[in-house]
Amino acid sequence: MPSPMIRIDNITKTYGPLTVLDGLSMDVMPGEKLALIGPSGSGKTTILRILMTLEKINGGHIEVDGDQLFHMQRAGRLAAADEKHLQTMRKKIGMVFQHFNLFPHKCVLDNITLAPMLTKGVPRAAAQARAMELLDMVGMADKAKNMPAQLSGGQKQRVAIARALALSPKIMLFDEVTSALDPELVEEVLNVMRRLAVETDMTMLLVTHEMGFAHDFADRVLFFDKGKIVEEGKPADIFRNPRQERTQSFLRKIIAAGHRV
Amino acid sequence: MIDWSGYIGLILQGALVTIELTVLGSALALVMAFAAGLGRLSRFAGVRVLATVYIEFFRGTSIFVQLFWAYFVLPFAGITLTPLQAGVLALGLNVGAYGAEVVRGAVRAIGREQHEACVALNLGRYHRMRHVILPQALPLMLPTFGNNAIELLKGTAVVSLISLTDMTFQAQVVRAQTGSTLIPFATILVLYFAMAMAISAGMRWLERRASRGLDGVRV
Repeated sequence: MPSPMIRIDNITKTYGPLTVLDGLSMDVMPGEKLALIGPSGSGKTTILRILMTLEKINGGHIEVDGDQLFHMQRAGRLAAADEKHLQTMRKKIGMVFQHFNLFPHKCVLDNITLAPMLTKGVPRAAAQARAMELLDMVGMADKAKNMPAQLSGGQKQRVAIARALALSPKIMLFDEVTSALDPELVEEVLNVMRRLAVETDMTMLLVTHEMGFAHDFADRVLFFDKGKIVEEGKPADIFRNPRQERTQSFLRKIIAAGHRV
Repeated sequence: MIDWSGYIGLILQGALVTIELTVLGSALALVMAFAAGLGRLSRFAGVRVLATVYIEFFRGTSIFVQLFWAYFVLPFAGITLTPLQAGVLALGLNVGAYGAEVVRGAVRAIGREQHEACVALNLGRYHRMRHVILPQALPLMLPTFGNNAIELLKGTAVVSLISLTDMTFQAQVVRAQTGSTLIPFATILVLYFAMAMAISAGMRWLERRASRGLDGVRV
Protein backbone atom coordinates (compact mmCIF):
# COMPACT_ATOMS: atom_id res chain seq x y z
CA MET A 1 0.00 0.00 0.00
CA PRO A 2 1.62 3.30 -1.06
CA SER A 3 1.61 6.20 1.37
CA PRO A 4 -1.04 8.85 0.84
CA MET A 5 -0.39 11.98 -1.23
CA ILE A 6 -2.44 14.02 1.21
CA ARG A 7 -2.97 13.10 4.84
CA ILE A 8 -5.33 15.33 6.76
CA ASP A 9 -5.11 14.60 10.47
CA ASN A 10 -7.71 15.93 12.85
CA ILE A 11 -7.80 19.50 11.53
CA THR A 12 -9.98 22.26 12.92
CA LYS A 13 -10.90 25.47 11.16
CA THR A 14 -12.89 28.26 12.75
CA TYR A 15 -13.91 31.72 11.62
CA GLY A 16 -14.52 33.60 14.86
CA PRO A 17 -17.30 31.73 16.65
CA LEU A 18 -18.10 29.63 13.57
CA THR A 19 -16.53 26.19 13.38
CA VAL A 20 -16.21 25.16 9.74
CA LEU A 21 -14.13 22.02 10.12
CA ASP A 22 -14.19 20.09 13.36
CA GLY A 23 -11.59 17.38 13.78
CA LEU A 24 -11.57 16.32 10.14
CA SER A 25 -9.30 13.49 9.04
CA MET A 26 -8.98 12.02 5.57
CA ASP A 27 -6.36 10.56 3.23
CA VAL A 28 -6.01 10.98 -0.51
CA MET A 29 -3.92 8.45 -2.39
CA PRO A 30 -1.49 9.39 -5.20
CA GLY A 31 -3.36 9.72 -8.48
CA GLU A 32 -6.72 9.49 -6.83
CA LYS A 33 -9.59 11.56 -8.24
CA LEU A 34 -11.69 12.71 -5.36
CA ALA A 35 -15.03 14.52 -5.54
CA LEU A 36 -16.20 16.55 -2.55
CA ILE A 37 -19.94 17.15 -2.55
CA GLY A 38 -22.34 18.59 -0.06
CA PRO A 39 -24.47 21.62 0.72
CA SER A 40 -23.09 25.16 0.77
CA GLY A 41 -21.22 25.91 3.97
CA SER A 42 -20.36 22.26 4.57
CA GLY A 43 -16.64 23.03 4.51
CA LYS A 44 -15.69 21.37 1.22
CA THR A 45 -14.32 24.53 -0.42
CA THR A 46 -12.52 25.37 2.83
CA ILE A 47 -10.59 22.12 2.56
CA LEU A 48 -9.30 23.08 -0.89
CA ARG A 49 -8.44 26.58 0.30
CA ILE A 50 -6.55 25.16 3.26
CA LEU A 51 -4.58 22.79 1.02
CA MET A 52 -3.67 25.77 -1.21
CA THR A 53 -2.53 27.59 1.99
CA LEU A 54 -5.09 30.34 1.35
CA GLU A 55 -6.48 29.61 4.82
CA LYS A 56 -4.65 28.62 7.98
CA ILE A 57 -5.82 25.85 10.25
CA ASN A 58 -6.54 26.24 13.93
CA GLY A 59 -5.51 22.75 14.91
CA GLY A 60 -4.30 19.44 13.53
CA HIS A 61 -1.77 18.50 10.88
CA ILE A 62 -1.67 18.11 7.13
CA GLU A 63 0.92 16.11 5.28
CA VAL A 64 1.37 16.61 1.53
CA ASP A 65 3.63 14.27 -0.42
CA GLY A 66 5.36 13.20 2.77
CA ASP A 67 6.00 16.69 4.19
CA GLN A 68 4.11 18.74 6.74
CA LEU A 69 2.15 21.55 5.05
CA PHE A 70 1.76 24.05 7.88
CA HIS A 71 4.58 22.82 10.08
CA MET A 72 8.30 22.37 9.71
CA GLN A 73 11.17 20.90 11.71
CA ARG A 74 13.06 23.62 13.48
CA ALA A 75 15.74 22.77 16.05
CA GLY A 76 14.35 19.26 16.24
CA ARG A 77 10.83 20.40 17.05
CA LEU A 78 7.70 20.85 14.99
CA ALA A 79 7.14 24.60 14.48
CA ALA A 80 4.80 26.73 12.39
CA ALA A 81 5.88 26.84 8.73
CA ASP A 82 7.52 30.01 7.47
CA GLU A 83 6.87 31.58 4.06
CA LYS A 84 9.82 29.75 2.50
CA HIS A 85 8.48 26.38 3.59
CA LEU A 86 4.99 27.28 2.32
CA GLN A 87 6.48 28.21 -1.06
CA THR A 88 8.24 24.86 -1.26
CA MET A 89 4.99 23.07 -0.47
CA ARG A 90 2.91 25.14 -2.90
CA LYS A 91 5.05 23.83 -5.77
CA LYS A 92 3.26 20.52 -5.36
CA ILE A 93 -0.22 22.01 -5.56
CA GLY A 94 -2.21 23.87 -8.21
CA MET A 95 -5.69 25.34 -7.95
CA VAL A 96 -8.45 26.41 -10.33
CA PHE A 97 -10.97 28.89 -8.94
CA GLN A 98 -14.70 29.32 -9.42
CA HIS A 99 -14.18 32.83 -10.82
CA PHE A 100 -11.06 31.97 -12.90
CA ASN A 101 -8.92 34.73 -11.30
CA LEU A 102 -6.99 35.36 -14.50
CA PHE A 103 -4.72 38.41 -14.55
CA PRO A 104 -6.81 40.91 -16.57
CA HIS A 105 -3.81 43.02 -17.62
CA LYS A 106 -1.97 40.13 -19.24
CA CYS A 107 -2.77 38.25 -22.42
CA VAL A 108 -3.63 34.54 -22.27
CA LEU A 109 -0.07 33.48 -23.06
CA ASP A 110 1.47 35.81 -20.43
CA ASN A 111 -1.04 34.61 -17.84
CA ILE A 112 0.38 31.13 -18.29
CA THR A 113 4.09 31.93 -18.63
CA LEU A 114 4.31 34.42 -15.74
CA ALA A 115 4.61 31.96 -12.85
CA PRO A 116 6.95 29.42 -14.53
CA MET A 117 9.30 32.24 -15.55
CA LEU A 118 9.27 33.95 -12.15
CA THR A 119 9.11 31.01 -9.77
CA LYS A 120 11.04 28.37 -11.68
CA GLY A 121 13.32 30.52 -13.79
CA VAL A 122 12.10 28.92 -17.01
CA PRO A 123 13.41 30.94 -20.01
CA ARG A 124 10.71 32.84 -21.89
CA ALA A 125 10.94 30.76 -25.06
CA ALA A 126 10.62 27.48 -23.18
CA ALA A 127 7.77 28.82 -21.04
CA GLN A 128 5.92 29.96 -24.15
CA ALA A 129 6.44 26.66 -25.92
CA ARG A 130 5.05 24.80 -22.90
CA ALA A 131 2.17 27.28 -22.62
CA MET A 132 1.25 26.71 -26.27
CA GLU A 133 1.21 22.94 -25.71
CA LEU A 134 -1.14 23.41 -22.78
CA LEU A 135 -3.32 25.88 -24.65
CA ASP A 136 -3.51 23.39 -27.48
CA MET A 137 -4.62 20.71 -25.04
CA VAL A 138 -7.43 22.91 -23.67
CA GLY A 139 -8.37 24.03 -27.19
CA MET A 140 -7.32 27.64 -26.73
CA ALA A 141 -4.16 27.88 -28.84
CA ASP A 142 -5.77 30.36 -31.23
CA LYS A 143 -6.54 32.76 -28.36
CA ALA A 144 -2.99 32.97 -27.00
CA LYS A 145 -2.70 36.69 -27.71
CA ASN A 146 -6.20 37.62 -26.53
CA MET A 147 -6.86 39.48 -23.31
CA PRO A 148 -8.97 37.67 -20.68
CA ALA A 149 -11.80 40.20 -21.03
CA GLN A 150 -12.25 39.08 -24.64
CA LEU A 151 -12.97 35.48 -23.64
CA SER A 152 -16.14 33.70 -22.59
CA GLY A 153 -16.35 32.20 -19.11
CA GLY A 154 -15.66 28.71 -20.40
CA GLN A 155 -12.63 29.92 -22.32
CA LYS A 156 -11.32 31.78 -19.28
CA GLN A 157 -11.66 28.67 -17.17
CA ARG A 158 -9.80 26.56 -19.73
CA VAL A 159 -6.98 29.13 -19.69
CA ALA A 160 -7.00 29.05 -15.88
CA ILE A 161 -6.61 25.26 -15.99
CA ALA A 162 -3.71 25.58 -18.43
CA ARG A 163 -2.14 28.21 -16.16
CA ALA A 164 -2.28 25.92 -13.14
CA LEU A 165 -0.91 22.98 -15.16
CA ALA A 166 2.05 25.02 -16.38
CA LEU A 167 3.68 24.62 -12.96
CA SER A 168 3.36 20.81 -13.19
CA PRO A 169 1.77 20.28 -9.77
CA LYS A 170 1.32 16.83 -8.29
CA ILE A 171 -2.07 17.80 -6.92
CA MET A 172 -4.78 19.82 -8.66
CA LEU A 173 -7.63 21.42 -6.75
CA PHE A 174 -10.79 22.36 -8.65
CA ASP A 175 -13.08 24.65 -6.68
CA GLU A 176 -16.56 24.72 -8.26
CA VAL A 177 -14.90 25.47 -11.57
CA THR A 178 -18.14 25.38 -13.56
CA SER A 179 -20.44 27.12 -11.07
CA ALA A 180 -19.91 30.60 -12.54
CA LEU A 181 -20.43 29.46 -16.14
CA ASP A 182 -23.44 29.69 -18.41
CA PRO A 183 -24.94 26.19 -18.76
CA GLU A 184 -23.90 25.80 -22.39
CA LEU A 185 -20.26 26.53 -21.51
CA VAL A 186 -19.99 23.95 -18.72
CA GLU A 187 -19.34 21.00 -20.99
CA GLU A 188 -16.24 22.45 -22.69
CA VAL A 189 -14.56 22.82 -19.28
CA LEU A 190 -15.66 19.39 -18.09
CA ASN A 191 -14.25 17.84 -21.27
CA VAL A 192 -10.83 19.28 -20.50
CA MET A 193 -11.00 17.88 -16.99
CA ARG A 194 -12.08 14.46 -18.24
CA ARG A 195 -8.99 14.41 -20.45
CA LEU A 196 -6.79 15.40 -17.53
CA ALA A 197 -8.25 12.67 -15.37
CA VAL A 198 -7.52 10.05 -18.00
CA GLU A 199 -4.20 11.30 -19.37
CA THR A 200 -2.36 12.36 -16.20
CA ASP A 201 -1.53 10.71 -12.91
CA MET A 202 -2.13 13.89 -10.94
CA THR A 203 -4.02 13.66 -7.69
CA MET A 204 -7.20 15.67 -8.15
CA LEU A 205 -9.66 17.08 -5.66
CA LEU A 206 -12.88 18.41 -7.06
CA VAL A 207 -15.55 20.43 -5.30
CA THR A 208 -18.62 20.45 -7.51
CA HIS A 209 -22.37 20.60 -7.81
CA GLU A 210 -22.21 18.73 -11.13
CA MET A 211 -23.21 15.33 -9.77
CA GLY A 212 -23.13 13.66 -13.17
CA PHE A 213 -19.59 14.79 -13.70
CA ALA A 214 -18.53 13.80 -10.19
CA HIS A 215 -19.97 10.34 -10.90
CA ASP A 216 -17.91 9.89 -14.08
CA PHE A 217 -14.76 11.65 -12.90
CA ALA A 218 -14.17 10.50 -9.37
CA ASP A 219 -12.66 7.33 -7.94
CA ARG A 220 -14.20 8.22 -4.61
CA VAL A 221 -16.90 10.63 -3.47
CA LEU A 222 -17.03 12.31 -0.07
CA PHE A 223 -20.32 13.76 1.10
CA PHE A 224 -19.79 16.64 3.53
CA ASP A 225 -22.19 18.25 5.91
CA LYS A 226 -21.41 20.71 8.70
CA GLY A 227 -17.65 20.20 8.39
CA LYS A 228 -17.75 16.44 8.68
CA ILE A 229 -17.65 13.55 6.23
CA VAL A 230 -21.11 12.05 6.45
CA GLU A 231 -20.58 9.35 3.89
CA GLU A 232 -17.92 8.26 1.45
CA GLY A 233 -17.56 5.60 -1.17
CA LYS A 234 -17.42 4.78 -4.84
CA PRO A 235 -19.52 7.14 -7.00
CA ALA A 236 -21.94 4.37 -7.93
CA ASP A 237 -22.63 3.59 -4.28
CA ILE A 238 -22.97 7.19 -3.13
CA PHE A 239 -25.19 8.28 -5.98
CA ARG A 240 -27.29 5.13 -6.43
CA ASN A 241 -27.44 3.72 -2.92
CA PRO A 242 -26.66 6.40 -0.36
CA ARG A 243 -26.89 4.91 3.12
CA GLN A 244 -27.17 8.06 5.19
CA GLU A 245 -30.48 9.88 5.36
CA ARG A 246 -28.63 13.24 5.05
CA THR A 247 -26.98 12.16 1.79
CA GLN A 248 -30.29 10.92 0.41
CA SER A 249 -32.11 14.18 1.10
CA PHE A 250 -29.23 16.25 -0.35
CA LEU A 251 -29.20 14.22 -3.57
CA ARG A 252 -32.99 14.44 -3.83
CA LYS A 253 -32.81 18.24 -3.60
CA ILE A 254 -30.00 18.40 -6.16
CA ILE A 255 -32.00 16.27 -8.60
CA ALA A 256 -35.11 18.35 -7.98
CA ALA A 257 -33.05 21.44 -8.79
CA GLY A 258 -32.37 20.01 -12.24
CA HIS A 259 -28.86 18.65 -11.85
CA ARG A 260 -28.15 15.40 -13.62
CA VAL A 261 -26.96 12.37 -11.73
CA MET B 1 5.45 103.49 -22.63
CA ILE B 2 6.91 100.41 -20.90
CA ASP B 3 9.00 97.99 -22.97
CA TRP B 4 7.30 94.75 -21.96
CA SER B 5 9.55 92.31 -23.81
CA GLY B 6 12.26 92.39 -21.12
CA TYR B 7 9.72 91.97 -18.34
CA ILE B 8 7.97 89.09 -20.09
CA GLY B 9 11.40 87.53 -20.51
CA LEU B 10 11.86 87.77 -16.76
CA ILE B 11 8.54 86.03 -16.17
CA LEU B 12 9.46 83.28 -18.64
CA GLN B 13 12.71 82.72 -16.73
CA GLY B 14 10.54 82.35 -13.66
CA ALA B 15 8.35 79.89 -15.57
CA LEU B 16 11.39 77.68 -16.13
CA VAL B 17 12.05 77.66 -12.38
CA THR B 18 8.40 76.78 -11.75
CA ILE B 19 8.60 73.92 -14.24
CA GLU B 20 11.84 72.70 -12.68
CA LEU B 21 10.26 72.77 -9.22
CA THR B 22 7.17 70.96 -10.46
CA VAL B 23 9.11 68.22 -12.24
CA LEU B 24 11.60 67.61 -9.43
CA GLY B 25 8.92 67.98 -6.74
CA SER B 26 6.65 65.52 -8.55
CA ALA B 27 9.50 63.06 -8.91
CA LEU B 28 10.19 63.19 -5.17
CA ALA B 29 6.45 63.06 -4.42
CA LEU B 30 6.10 59.94 -6.59
CA VAL B 31 8.93 58.17 -4.79
CA MET B 32 7.51 59.14 -1.39
CA ALA B 33 3.98 58.17 -2.42
CA PHE B 34 5.03 54.62 -3.32
CA ALA B 35 7.42 54.29 -0.38
CA ALA B 36 4.88 55.46 2.20
CA GLY B 37 1.81 54.01 0.46
CA LEU B 38 3.33 50.53 0.26
CA GLY B 39 4.87 51.09 3.69
CA ARG B 40 1.39 51.44 5.16
CA LEU B 41 0.54 48.04 3.70
CA SER B 42 3.68 46.41 5.08
CA ARG B 43 3.45 43.33 7.26
CA PHE B 44 5.98 44.93 9.61
CA ALA B 45 4.32 47.11 12.24
CA GLY B 46 7.37 49.39 12.49
CA VAL B 47 7.25 50.23 8.80
CA ARG B 48 3.51 50.88 8.99
CA VAL B 49 3.96 53.25 11.93
CA LEU B 50 6.77 55.12 10.19
CA ALA B 51 4.72 55.55 7.01
CA THR B 52 1.64 56.64 8.95
CA VAL B 53 3.59 59.23 10.95
CA TYR B 54 5.08 60.66 7.74
CA ILE B 55 1.70 60.85 6.01
CA GLU B 56 -0.18 62.39 8.93
CA PHE B 57 2.58 64.88 9.69
CA PHE B 58 2.93 66.23 6.16
CA ARG B 59 -0.80 66.26 5.48
CA GLY B 60 -1.52 67.82 8.85
CA THR B 61 0.84 70.79 8.69
CA SER B 62 0.91 73.63 6.21
CA ILE B 63 3.19 73.56 3.17
CA PHE B 64 4.12 77.11 4.08
CA VAL B 65 5.44 76.05 7.48
CA GLN B 66 7.18 73.01 6.03
CA LEU B 67 8.96 75.20 3.50
CA PHE B 68 10.18 77.59 6.19
CA TRP B 69 11.43 74.66 8.23
CA ALA B 70 13.28 73.25 5.24
CA TYR B 71 14.93 76.56 4.41
CA PHE B 72 15.33 78.47 7.68
CA VAL B 73 15.30 75.87 10.46
CA LEU B 74 17.25 72.94 8.97
CA PRO B 75 20.46 75.06 8.82
CA PHE B 76 20.42 75.07 12.63
CA ALA B 77 20.68 71.28 12.40
CA GLY B 78 23.66 71.69 10.10
CA ILE B 79 21.71 71.06 6.88
CA THR B 80 21.84 74.05 4.60
CA LEU B 81 19.77 73.79 1.44
CA THR B 82 19.59 76.04 -1.58
CA PRO B 83 16.17 77.62 -2.10
CA LEU B 84 15.52 75.18 -4.96
CA GLN B 85 16.47 72.15 -2.84
CA ALA B 86 14.33 73.39 0.03
CA GLY B 87 11.41 74.00 -2.33
CA VAL B 88 11.66 70.56 -3.94
CA LEU B 89 11.99 68.90 -0.55
CA ALA B 90 8.97 70.62 0.99
CA LEU B 91 6.75 70.23 -2.08
CA GLY B 92 7.78 66.61 -2.70
CA LEU B 93 7.30 65.51 0.89
CA ASN B 94 3.99 67.35 1.20
CA VAL B 95 2.40 66.08 -1.99
CA GLY B 96 3.98 62.65 -1.51
CA ALA B 97 1.98 62.29 1.71
CA TYR B 98 -1.26 62.75 -0.23
CA GLY B 99 -0.02 60.46 -2.99
CA ALA B 100 0.74 57.74 -0.45
CA GLU B 101 -2.92 57.45 0.40
CA VAL B 102 -3.72 57.18 -3.32
CA VAL B 103 -1.22 54.34 -3.71
CA ARG B 104 -2.57 52.53 -0.66
CA GLY B 105 -6.19 52.93 -1.79
CA ALA B 106 -5.48 51.70 -5.31
CA VAL B 107 -3.50 48.67 -4.14
CA ARG B 108 -6.25 47.74 -1.70
CA ALA B 109 -8.85 48.11 -4.45
CA ILE B 110 -7.37 45.11 -6.29
CA GLY B 111 -9.56 42.18 -5.35
CA ARG B 112 -8.62 39.38 -3.00
CA GLU B 113 -9.03 36.90 -5.86
CA GLN B 114 -5.97 38.35 -7.60
CA HIS B 115 -3.88 37.83 -4.46
CA GLU B 116 -5.22 34.29 -4.15
CA ALA B 117 -4.35 33.50 -7.76
CA CYS B 118 -0.80 34.65 -6.98
CA VAL B 119 -0.59 32.38 -3.94
CA ALA B 120 -1.90 29.46 -5.98
CA LEU B 121 0.77 30.17 -8.61
CA ASN B 122 3.37 30.41 -5.84
CA LEU B 123 4.41 33.97 -6.66
CA GLY B 124 6.31 35.56 -3.78
CA ARG B 125 5.33 38.89 -2.21
CA TYR B 126 7.61 40.95 -4.44
CA HIS B 127 6.54 39.28 -7.69
CA ARG B 128 2.90 39.52 -6.65
CA MET B 129 3.18 43.27 -6.17
CA ARG B 130 5.45 43.94 -9.12
CA HIS B 131 3.75 41.84 -11.81
CA VAL B 132 0.13 41.49 -10.74
CA ILE B 133 -1.09 44.05 -8.20
CA LEU B 134 0.72 47.27 -9.15
CA PRO B 135 0.11 47.00 -12.92
CA GLN B 136 -3.61 46.81 -12.15
CA ALA B 137 -3.50 49.45 -9.40
CA LEU B 138 -1.58 52.02 -11.46
CA PRO B 139 -4.48 52.97 -13.77
CA LEU B 140 -6.56 53.60 -10.64
CA MET B 141 -3.93 55.94 -9.22
CA LEU B 142 -3.35 58.08 -12.30
CA PRO B 143 -6.40 60.39 -12.20
CA THR B 144 -5.67 61.37 -8.59
CA PHE B 145 -1.94 61.61 -9.31
CA GLY B 146 -2.90 64.14 -12.01
CA ASN B 147 -4.78 66.15 -9.39
CA ASN B 148 -1.82 65.97 -7.04
CA ALA B 149 0.62 67.10 -9.74
CA ILE B 150 -1.54 70.15 -10.49
CA GLU B 151 -1.80 70.91 -6.77
CA LEU B 152 1.97 70.71 -6.60
CA LEU B 153 2.35 73.05 -9.57
CA LYS B 154 0.17 75.63 -7.86
CA GLY B 155 1.96 75.03 -4.58
CA THR B 156 5.24 76.10 -6.17
CA ALA B 157 4.08 79.72 -5.84
CA VAL B 158 4.84 79.63 -2.10
CA VAL B 159 8.56 79.16 -2.76
CA SER B 160 8.75 82.81 -3.78
CA LEU B 161 8.62 83.41 -0.02
CA ILE B 162 12.10 81.91 0.38
CA SER B 163 13.41 84.17 -2.40
CA LEU B 164 13.33 81.52 -5.10
CA THR B 165 12.82 83.30 -8.43
CA ASP B 166 9.85 81.32 -9.63
CA MET B 167 7.09 82.65 -11.85
CA THR B 168 5.13 84.29 -9.03
CA PHE B 169 8.28 85.89 -7.61
CA GLN B 170 9.15 87.37 -11.01
CA ALA B 171 5.62 88.66 -11.45
CA GLN B 172 6.00 90.49 -8.14
CA VAL B 173 9.30 91.95 -9.36
CA VAL B 174 7.72 93.16 -12.61
CA ARG B 175 4.78 94.60 -10.69
CA ALA B 176 7.14 96.51 -8.38
CA GLN B 177 9.23 97.86 -11.24
CA THR B 178 6.42 98.81 -13.64
CA GLY B 179 3.57 99.57 -11.28
CA SER B 180 1.34 97.39 -13.46
CA THR B 181 -0.46 94.52 -11.79
CA LEU B 182 -2.66 93.43 -14.64
CA ILE B 183 -0.05 92.49 -17.24
CA PRO B 184 2.32 90.38 -15.08
CA PHE B 185 -0.44 88.62 -13.20
CA ALA B 186 -2.50 88.01 -16.33
CA THR B 187 0.62 86.53 -17.90
CA ILE B 188 1.33 84.12 -15.05
CA LEU B 189 -2.37 83.23 -14.82
CA VAL B 190 -2.27 82.06 -18.41
CA LEU B 191 1.07 80.31 -17.92
CA TYR B 192 -0.06 78.42 -14.79
CA PHE B 193 -3.21 77.38 -16.61
CA ALA B 194 -1.26 76.22 -19.66
CA MET B 195 1.06 74.15 -17.45
CA ALA B 196 -1.88 72.60 -15.65
CA MET B 197 -3.44 71.72 -19.00
CA ALA B 198 -0.19 70.11 -20.09
CA ILE B 199 -0.18 67.98 -16.93
CA SER B 200 -3.82 66.97 -17.52
CA ALA B 201 -3.11 65.98 -21.10
CA GLY B 202 -0.03 64.03 -20.07
CA MET B 203 -1.97 62.14 -17.39
CA ARG B 204 -4.78 61.29 -19.81
CA TRP B 205 -2.21 59.86 -22.20
CA LEU B 206 -0.65 57.82 -19.40
CA GLU B 207 -4.06 56.57 -18.31
CA ARG B 208 -4.84 55.35 -21.79
CA ARG B 209 -1.52 53.54 -21.96
CA ALA B 210 -1.73 52.03 -18.49
CA SER B 211 -5.27 50.73 -18.87
CA ARG B 212 -4.60 49.24 -22.29
CA GLY B 213 -6.18 45.83 -22.52
CA LEU B 214 -7.99 46.10 -19.19
CA ASP B 215 -11.18 47.18 -20.94
CA GLY B 216 -11.03 44.14 -23.18
CA VAL B 217 -9.93 45.98 -26.31
CA ARG B 218 -6.32 45.74 -27.33
CA VAL B 219 -5.46 49.16 -28.70
